[in-house]
Amino acid sequence: MTHSVAGAGMSRRTFICAAAASTTALPLPAGARAAAARQTAGSSPHGAGLRSVDLRINHQDYALSLDPRTTLLDAIRDHAGLTGTKKGCGHGQCGACTVHVDGQRILACMTFALMNHGREVTTIEGLSEPGGALHPMQQAFIDHDAFQCGYCTPGQIMSAVACVREGHAHSAAQIREYMSGNLCRCAAYPNIVAAVQQAAAPEA
Amino acid sequence: MQPFEYRRAPTLDAALAEARAAATAYIAGGTNLVDYMTLGVLRPQTLVDINHLPQSYAQIDASETRLRLGALVRMSQAEEHPLIRERYPLIRDTLLLAASRQIRNMASLGGNLLQQTRCEYFRGRGFACNRREPGSGCAALEGVNRPHAVLGTSESCIATYPGDFAQALIALDATVEIAGGRGAPRRVPFASLHRLPGDTPHIQHSLAPGELITYIDVPAGPWTRRSRYVKVRDRESYEFALASAAVALQLEGEMVREARVALGGVATVPWRAREAEEVLRGAVLDESLAQRAAAAAFAAAAPRGHNAFKIPLGRETLVRALLEARSMSA
Repeated sequence: MTHSVAGAGMSRRTFICAAAASTTALPLPAGARAAAARQTAGSSPHGAGLRSVDLRINHQDYALSLDPRTTLLDAIRDHAGLTGTKKGCGHGQCGACTVHVDGQRILACMTFALMNHGREVTTIEGLSEPGGALHPMQQAFIDHDAFQCGYCTPGQIMSAVACVREGHAHSAAQIREYMSGNLCRCAAYPNIVAAVQQAAAPEA
Repeated sequence: MQPFEYRRAPTLDAALAEARAAATAYIAGGTNLVDYMTLGVLRPQTLVDINHLPQSYAQIDASETRLRLGALVRMSQAEEHPLIRERYPLIRDTLLLAASRQIRNMASLGGNLLQQTRCEYFRGRGFACNRREPGSGCAALEGVNRPHAVLGTSESCIATYPGDFAQALIALDATVEIAGGRGAPRRVPFASLHRLPGDTPHIQHSLAPGELITYIDVPAGPWTRRSRYVKVRDRESYEFALASAAVALQLEGEMVREARVALGGVATVPWRAREAEEVLRGAVLDESLAQRAAAAAFAAAAPRGHNAFKIPLGRETLVRALLEARSMSA
């Protein structure tokens, strides 16, 4: 199935955005959104227009038209409508935007969407089974209460899944080192380490 | 962020051709460049994406006598390589102790070498910075300069070179292969790639516009297996060095036959401490010798207000690296 900017369904976010813009609380017509985006990009002094980017996110194809300055993070959130991935610092210092690209965990705020044309992206929305069963890491975070406010949690979980897959979850010390790129200002670190250890156990 | 044109280069020739345009930047991992473009500090008009160059630029070729690293090898790829782990522990340590795994999955080795300083006055466009705006002054000289350099500084710039991997390369006498000039690629000693700030801190390396690092070559020596990196920082992981020491030793019994020493976190460029090496060579390595070598390494250090602590910290870091390298089984 191919999503375009125009074809994305109404998410909680589009509903909220639209509600803010219109008293009738209807989602903005997709064509109007695309036109608005085109106008913004077209007005740049260097005339850098929109570029087509095909992203494959969670096994679904998204044909997006983006300003070249759009980071992968902003493309995922604002253009594909997948807002599970969070924007923390926007400078590669917090890890909230961690996603997988071709199976490797990376920071989506530090790469332009254009650079990921044709690559396979996995976000927190793509972790669970199609039927809705949670990924063992998601369940482990719940079991160990590995969060308070939850804002860093999608990034923590994506990083943790990769940490286990890489074979870097053999001890608490190793988990702390290889999870150091994900900050938690609520300091749920002991619980996060416990959750990763639980999820890693069958593979350790 | 300033608008830019984006070009994806499928071959080296295509990349070099694209880069002939003015104000062009190559982009690989993007972990440094995207950050500085977001801040508005770096403003390339064209980005040439080199991630799709042929696979040979992303390969590791390790043998008994040398290590050849493609410039597009990712930091994590090199840190996981079994032969690097076994024969070049110093290289592995400098990679493993850098940044976070996410960033190491992205960052290319070539880009890592050319990363910009994290000096807050360079990052913040509201401050005077000779590196960002030649002639504007240096806000760090009288500012909060705790993270700044004590070696290789000038009245124009005291920004610290932030990398770790570079300390391994300068200690091990690496060379880099550079494409982009006329004819065959040129090879330069890694030690001559970076330039001291002097009164031109905006010129940080010896690459001509449009040139591209393609390979990094590290010769194997009797000292590469007994090599060690110690990095001291404000938190245990995911942080730049306050002081670090890269050490490679060839021992004959307890006597030092050959020593290679580099220092990070304390200098404006990757820093080879030859004065320390001379103290070590031919002498019996014990703690007192290590202390004398460390004193020699920092003899020319120039502290500036908040960073004076880096001199004793840097000395102790080097002493620890030397003693830990001595006790390695190599």
